[in-house]
Amino acid sequence: MTSGERPKRRSQHGRQARPLTRREFLLEMGALAGVAAGAGALAWLAYSDEPVRREEEVVHRLPDFRVPASTMHPLLAVVHGTQPEAMVREAVGRLGGIGRFVQKGERVLVKPNVGWDRQPEQAANTNPEVVGAVVALCREAGASTVWVSDVSLNDPARSFARSGIRAAAQGAGAEVRLPGANDFFATDMGGSLLRVWPVSRFFHEVDRVINVPIVKHHSLCGCTLAMKNWYGVLGGRRNQLHQDIHTSIVDLAHAVRPTLTVMDAIRVLKRNGPTGGSLDDVAIENTIVAGLDEVAIDSWSLQLLGLTPDKVRYLAMGQERGLGVVDWRSLNWVESQVG
Amino acid sequence: MRLIPLKLRTLRRWWAVFFLALFLFLLVVTDYHRMQGWQTSLLLELDPLTALGGLLTSGTVYKGLALALIVLVPTLVFGRFFCSWVCPLGIMNQIAGRLFSRRRPAQEQEQNAYRPVFALKYYLLTALLVLALWGSLQIGLLDPIALTVRSFTAAVLPALDRVGAPVHLHPPVFWGGALIAGLFLAIIVANRYMPRFFCRVLCPLGALLGVLSRRAPFRIQRDLDKCTDCNKCLRHCQGACDPHRELRVAECHVCMNCLEDCPEDALHYGLATPRSSAHRPIDVSRRRLVETAIGTAVAFPMLRSSVSASTVPTAPVIRPPGSLAEVEFLGRCIKCAACMRVCPTNVLQPALLEAGIEGLWTPVLVNRVGWCEQYCVLCGQVCPTGAIRRITVAEKSGQPPHAQPIRLGTAFYDHGRCLPWAMHVPCIVCEEMCPTSPKAIWYEVAQVPGRDGKPIELKRPYVEPKLCIGCGICENKCPVEDLPAIRVSSVGETRSSTNQMLLKGSSG
Repeated sequence: MTSGERPKRRSQHGRQARPLTRREFLLEMGALAGVAAGAGALAWLAYSDEPVRREEEVVHRLPDFRVPASTMHPLLAVVHGTQPEAMVREAVGRLGGIGRFVQKGERVLVKPNVGWDRQPEQAANTNPEVVGAVVALCREAGASTVWVSDVSLNDPARSFARSGIRAAAQGAGAEVRLPGANDFFATDMGGSLLRVWPVSRFFHEVDRVINVPIVKHHSLCGCTLAMKNWYGVLGGRRNQLHQDIHTSIVDLAHAVRPTLTVMDAIRVLKRNGPTGGSLDDVAIENTIVAGLDEVAIDSWSLQLLGLTPDKVRYLAMGQERGLGVVDWRSLNWVESQVG
Repeated sequence: MRLIPLKLRTLRRWWAVFFLALFLFLLVVTDYHRMQGWQTSLLLELDPLTALGGLLTSGTVYKGLALALIVLVPTLVFGRFFCSWVCPLGIMNQIAGRLFSRRRPAQEQEQNAYRPVFALKYYLLTALLVLALWGSLQIGLLDPIALTVRSFTAAVLPALDRVGAPVHLHPPVFWGGALIAGLFLAIIVANRYMPRFFCRVLCPLGALLGVLSRRAPFRIQRDLDKCTDCNKCLRHCQGACDPHRELRVAECHVCMNCLEDCPEDALHYGLATPRSSAHRPIDVSRRRLVETAIGTAVAFPMLRSSVSASTVPTAPVIRPPGSLAEVEFLGRCIKCAACMRVCPTNVLQPALLEAGIEGLWTPVLVNRVGWCEQYCVLCGQVCPTGAIRRITVAEKSGQPPHAQPIRLGTAFYDHGRCLPWAMHVPCIVCEEMCPTSPKAIWYEVAQVPGRDGKPIELKRPYVEPKLCIGCGICENKCPVEDLPAIRVSSVGETRSSTNQMLLKGSSG
């Protein structure tokens, strides 16, 4: 036995591997090189100085929903009466008729105030008959679709059902659109305070928007009328807007320019707004105010709440921003009685 | 000659499909939009264990729970049919067991053999009933109907929203929902290792129905003359009840699979004939049963000595409107989460340990997630046991003839975080949201010096405790996102005579 040679022993564990052929080795190496190259390419493509890849956020802008001005027609029509539908028809008729605002085939969004889980008598939401009348007018003008939508503060399903607005809207031929969590588009509001905010996508998908607010008391700014109704286009943490409510209202009214405004002053919430809750807070005023100048409409409506324009700062700010005229008497306005 | 034109197994399959579909349908319509008068709690009310548990804790069979007789009486005659014909969890376990099965006859016979561990469910049932006698209703932890409603509410339906099949307008989130989901998944996956593991080993309702079916005259009968001991009847046996030997009647679900698997036509369902095999009684040891009962009876008073919402008022334990006082509430609530399913704002959340160990998965309001809608009384309408009473909107909001609204608690300001109080920033969103008339939140107009000495006019809010109903919308909408500057705690809640702060008479 020569030195250094040991008796051959084989491990008891495992089977013997088969040696590779040259062809198998080359194929194997080729595959490994492919994997290595792929890993390198992925690292090259994905390399970044930033920890997270960010998509450029698509920021939308709302279109201008207004129709061309006309000197033939008044800017403000006040109608008194007891039948909401007839009053709405009279008011819109005085402004030139619905045909001036909605063309055949256009998509229209009607924006009432449906903030709260309240019944019509409590006057926390727009009167359902007024909403129904506006929808019916749009249908008669040949609108291809009419949506009724709002971003409610209480549960939206309950708010639309119990306000009677769901039934009235559907009965008149509109579709109720409740925005879900993913139904908001980042939108440049172009305001002095409000820049990019999430806005209900339904406002981006229509040709005309009709504002149908209600006259209500509000503790922080005194009133909630037509201009403040645009809070209802926003998602996100809009409760922060209270920190500068007057600038917020003007910014919103500047960003959303409606085709037409039909103010519901049939039942007016005089106290404890904007939620109300007690019939003692409600006064019957039986009035509809329609028009194209939101500042003037809001200014007119103040008298129902015992306020004057100098008490409500956002009106003067709105006039300064070119949104309208505080002194509604200086405009071409009409008043009439129906029934 | 057949009385029924279908094979019994086929009949059972259609029956099971119908009840599973009914369960899913009723769950999906448990929603303000879709309810429209549907009896959404029907399956919960059919559950005899719920009825019996509530009877032991509170001495009543509440309203719809009398429907449990529809299950109870036929079980006495026809056997434990509920488990494979009606129970949604049983049916889902059966389907899962079939999907997981490798379909090899020897393995199937092995998996469907009886095991002594199946007796565990009878001891669990004993412990749960003894707890109920002491006033603590814990059956809902394992009751299959409550468990399934809870799992679907907190895990399955919200998951559907997240994979693109929306059930909700806003997908809800649930406190500890992953725990509920994990338990449900574990029950389903357990079928891979033993088909119908939950039904055979754990289910207290199955145990109760097993006890009731002991003397059922209609049962699976094996003809000793025809049987060749091939054991093929075990292949699809759901109860693992030994149809090939002396049938364990209490374990048998009368699923009828064995009838179809028998090549000799030796099995039939019905009354015994002179050639039928004998049957076996329940496999429980009387000694162990008594030990379980005594052990639970001794342990429970010690467990109750812990601090919980039923012994000491607890700030975050805010119960839904119309809830019974805490001790009675715990005696009625089966943790089924039907209230959480119907709640429009997602404010109702399954408690973890806030209400004590006993209160696991009972509903509490978490106002950071939602708020109690002033005119909403849906939770009481769907509650099968009356833990949340069926109240009217007038009763909840204190309209005539009701003198006072139902209060869930009281809101308190945190002056260190409130924007007008701490930082001279205008806000009062809470006042805007407050739903009572007159509002429970009022404000003073204060002239305060700013940093530069110039006076600032601010509206600074206060809570009027006599008017606050504890709905929590102020807390929910407060712009101080993480820890709101106004928060509701349970003090002042209508359901408690002790968890109060104001001198009686002044609070009306």
